[in-house]
Amino acid sequence: MCLAVPGRITRISDDNDPLLRKGRVDFSGIVKEISLAYVPEAQIGDYVIVHAGFALSLLGPGEAEASLQAFHELAEFQDKQ
Amino acid sequence: MSLQKAFRDPAAAKRLSAAIAAITTRPWNIMEVCGGQTHSIIKYGIDQLLPEGVNLIHGPGCPVCVTPLEYIDKALAIAALPNVILCSFGDMLRVPGSRQDLLGLKAEGADVRIVYSPTDALEIARKHPNQEVVFFGVGFETTAPTIGLAAYQAKQSQLNNFSLLACHVRVPPVIEALLDSPDNRVQGFLGAGHVCTIMGCGEYVPLAERYRVPIVITGFEPVDVLHGLYACIKQLEEGRFEVENAYRRVVREHGNPAAQQLLRQVFEVVDRNWRGLGTIKHGGLALNDDYRDFNAERRFSVDAIATQEPVACRSGDVLKGLLKPSECSEFGVRCTPEKPLGATMVSSEGACAAYYRYRRLQHG
Repeated sequence: MCLAVPGRITRISDDNDPLLRKGRVDFSGIVKEISLAYVPEAQIGDYVIVHAGFALSLLGPGEAEASLQAFHELAEFQDKQ
Repeated sequence: MSLQKAFRDPAAAKRLSAAIAAITTRPWNIMEVCGGQTHSIIKYGIDQLLPEGVNLIHGPGCPVCVTPLEYIDKALAIAALPNVILCSFGDMLRVPGSRQDLLGLKAEGADVRIVYSPTDALEIARKHPNQEVVFFGVGFETTAPTIGLAAYQAKQSQLNNFSLLACHVRVPPVIEALLDSPDNRVQGFLGAGHVCTIMGCGEYVPLAERYRVPIVITGFEPVDVLHGLYACIKQLEEGRFEVENAYRRVVREHGNPAAQQLLRQVFEVVDRNWRGLGTIKHGGLALNDDYRDFNAERRFSVDAIATQEPVACRSGDVLKGLLKPSECSEFGVRCTPEKPLGATMVSSEGACAAYYRYRRLQHG
């Protein structure tokens, strides 16, 4: 129910009311119109996490890389044990 | 997307499970609150990658499962009225009410439609100005802003043939109710990542401190879940009880301010009956007074419908972690996803349905 999937913003149509801002989001080839009401800072090219037709959060690729790096270091630590 | 793949990497999962084994010195009971995580855990067999004695308790975080039966009956009563189009998310249509489900009613000719987003129901209302369009929405804090925006837009554009049957629930009060329960066995929590995407991490700090439980905000991919478990067990082993964000690529400390502002505009916090758990204080969100004209319960006078739960279903014990799905005498016998006795078997995020789907032949 709280499933949310990442996709990339390919187009944005602005509106006078920021709550009515929409964009086209590409989910690995499937493109849907998504509400950008809750990501006012989103720009074309950004990755967003989408739930029920709404972008809920910008995906921080830097944070993702940092997590993966942390797992990697954890593994190296394990290997030394 | 390659990053998504990285969080499903079997090698990374294996390394994390080795790391978990290396730090675990005794048994721990950890609850994943969110049904999406339950589904992931059972699908990928994450619980079988854990050391002996680390027990995962599947929590009440499936909104379809905890929606009281009377709300299904209210939706059925509204959908059966002439001139009504009832829209909902697909997983609500198969939940049995006391006599039938919405799909059955649709087969009898009622206009019941599945929509991807609550705002799709607004479009249907605009296209059918002479009919009443009702969106039946359930969900946690993740989903509430999507339904809230539909209410906001309907009010802005004075779309008077649109209304909402909304039954929303909040995570922190149910965690508190579980921890307050005398038979609580949970020692640490994986926090629901997408709920925290909206609400942030702050609400959980008093719970972690007061009840001395670590709460680790966790994502949904197998590597995310294992990362959350590693962080939770590490805290337990070290005697720390903190709120920790293990899903930083999505969850910000303060959540999503724009969504929180809309929630405050449209909803109010109310006590709410959770299926299988009873009334949870402050456990729900309801449309506030400014939006009473868009409340379908008032508009169609179904507020008084009350329904008893079937006695044979022990989903309440499953939701509290007192019973594994496969320990229920009805599991797979009189209760299957095709003919569910209770909601934990209806939704693919329900613990019973996940066990049935991925472990048909195993009991355990």
